[in-house]
Amino acid sequence: MNELLVSVSPHIRDGATTRGIMRDVIIALAPAAAASVIIFGARAALVVAFCAVACPLLEAAYEKALGRKATAGDLSACVTGVLLAFNLPVGIPLWKAFVGCAAAIILVKQLFGGLGKNFANPAITARIVMLLAFPAAMAAWACGGGLFGETYDAVTGATPLTMIAQGNTGALPPLSAMLLGVRGGCLGETSAVALALGGVYLLARRVITWHAPAAFILTVFVFSALLGRDPVYQVLSGGLLLGAIFMATDYVTTPQTAAGRLVFGLGAGLITVIIRAYGSYPEGVSFSILLMNILTPYIGRLTAKKAFGGADA
Amino acid sequence: MRKLGGVRAPHRKGTAASAPERIPIPPEVRLPMSMHIGAPAKPVVKAGDAVKVGQLIGEASGFVSSPVHASVSGKVKRVDEYDAVTGLGALSVVIESDGEQTPHDGLRAPEVNDMKSFLGAVRESGVVGLGGAGFPTAVKLTVKDISAVDYILINGAECEPYITSDTRTMLDETELLEEGALLLGKYLGVKNIVFGVESNKPEPISRLAEFTSRRDGMEVRTLPAMYPQGGEKVLIYQITGRRVPEGKLPLDVGVVVLNCTTLTAIVKYIKTGMPLVSKCVTVDGSAVVKPGNVVAPIGAPLSSLFEFCGGLKGDVKKVLMGGPMMGIAAPSLDMPVLKATNAALAFSEKDARLPEETPCIRCGRCVSHCPMGLMPLEFERAYRLKKPELLERYKVNLCMECGCCAYSCPAKRMLVQYIKLSKIMLRERQAADKAAAERKEAAV
Repeated sequence: MNELLVSVSPHIRDGATTRGIMRDVIIALAPAAAASVIIFGARAALVVAFCAVACPLLEAAYEKALGRKATAGDLSACVTGVLLAFNLPVGIPLWKAFVGCAAAIILVKQLFGGLGKNFANPAITARIVMLLAFPAAMAAWACGGGLFGETYDAVTGATPLTMIAQGNTGALPPLSAMLLGVRGGCLGETSAVALALGGVYLLARRVITWHAPAAFILTVFVFSALLGRDPVYQVLSGGLLLGAIFMATDYVTTPQTAAGRLVFGLGAGLITVIIRAYGSYPEGVSFSILLMNILTPYIGRLTAKKAFGGADA
Repeated sequence: MRKLGGVRAPHRKGTAASAPERIPIPPEVRLPMSMHIGAPAKPVVKAGDAVKVGQLIGEASGFVSSPVHASVSGKVKRVDEYDAVTGLGALSVVIESDGEQTPHDGLRAPEVNDMKSFLGAVRESGVVGLGGAGFPTAVKLTVKDISAVDYILINGAECEPYITSDTRTMLDETELLEEGALLLGKYLGVKNIVFGVESNKPEPISRLAEFTSRRDGMEVRTLPAMYPQGGEKVLIYQITGRRVPEGKLPLDVGVVVLNCTTLTAIVKYIKTGMPLVSKCVTVDGSAVVKPGNVVAPIGAPLSSLFEFCGGLKGDVKKVLMGGPMMGIAAPSLDMPVLKATNAALAFSEKDARLPEETPCIRCGRCVSHCPMGLMPLEFERAYRLKKPELLERYKVNLCMECGCCAYSCPAKRMLVQYIKLSKIMLRERQAADKAAAERKEAAV
């Protein structure tokens, strides 16, 4: 007989793995990816595929260079790549996208210790880096080739948030276009329907909880209404749904408790509306999530779960 | 009402229909003096002594302790230390069996007519918590003010996968449970006696209901089939809605919890005078040829149980005493069946393989599944940072090591291991702090 293995309990585990969770996120991103191709044309597929491959390759190269264990197989870098692509305009030159991928994987993720150690969302932070480095390319919403490209002028022009910021509300696309995503914007952020579909999938698979997205979206809705802005357009514009469903639910950079996630969503919502209303940028979702990422350890401490039967410390 | 965490672990109760069979008396048994929480018993026999079944061989040494009785008749071979499953040396009495199983002459049913004599009988029976914890039952029942206790909960949850020995108790010894419940009511004067059983055991539930429906103050409560319903604090909360506060006992909220097999063992002693010398054990796992329930003398080597169940097949890699969620991995098949052993499980290489640990992604599943409302990921972090003060803040002391965190962890972190190490780290820090404070005081 073999030597018996002595290990600590429990001796059985459920089937969940990091890789399985990341696979679920990729599946949840698929409808929005498909929508981006329909709306913005084949180049959207190119940008998404490029980032989805570049990020894991960069991770593998970094780990190889440093003699570390290869981890790209956990698919987390691939998720980062897709999310970053979703935050880029369709016309972004690929070399600029590559700079973004490097910022996400090397700067934000690996330099802090790799998966699970980064304090900020890699895709969001990389987008901000690109916003500062390539302001013109990141605001060039011109697009061609999409199925609806010629139907709606809006698509080739400014984003709805820019129009609102400029007081040009008459040019806003109709609500149906906002829901389907036929409007200007980053390639993965426009289709509310597709993003919501992904969100429902993640909820059903219990990959995410409702707390942060609901608090985020509801706060933007209510706060925008209080400021006299059309709350429905505020919710459907910009990167709110993408950010609320896929970024404010990132495990590593958001709190672990229900209460913490509500606070995170509330804070991100408030900052988003403040930036949109008073800031120099028309959109504030990225900044708000990054700021809340930074606050996450403190939120976590303040909203730590109360132990069952635990005395007050 | 707070919704407690937990996990939907697989049930795997394939042996539920297997009525326990007695295994042949093994040639040798090893009876450890410490099969309970508290002070080890003191051996009262020496090598060469002849002993009979039920004879006292180790006497309780202190209040929190329990006597040990010979489980076979024969001759004491030696009194020595062995390497127990805990990894520590443990004093034990090894008896060579004569195969006769002659009962000890002095055995007679104890006279029980009031609370004092009832508790005395429980003490002498050698019964300890048979749900797995092994806390001396007499100590649990010795209450300063019994009138403050209004609930006795009989734990038949049996939430661990595989194990069906309590199921068999509820099916095969239903009358003993009824008698036991009546005894508890009579001598302890406790008003409510409630049996808690998970919903995946409809037959035991209806069996128990047959008598509880006739009796005042008795009840069977169906619990969700969700691990760990049988955890003491979880069971108390599910049935009475009461929370056992940090640092307190169930008694402090007017509750005593007894495992169902613990109760029948007490009744058997009171009726016959035969102390706890044998145990129903579920033998199962992927490496067992014919899984089933067996009755084994306490002290029998695990190998004798597996042999009785058709032997082991394939490449056996892991053997557990207890269930897969909280059971202890045995280093060898020579390990003896203890009083609180309720299962002996053997697994092949494939099922024993440890999953690879990947980095914690802070998904929070350990937090949402923890029945005690703790944050296991913070324990691991605090342990790695060597910060006992964080362990204290996140209350590692409240963890019962049920394993829900590690079970549900997608990164396969060995959280229970880090928690065990954390508790040691915290204890060491507290001891050091105390010593420093005393030195300071002495200096002043």
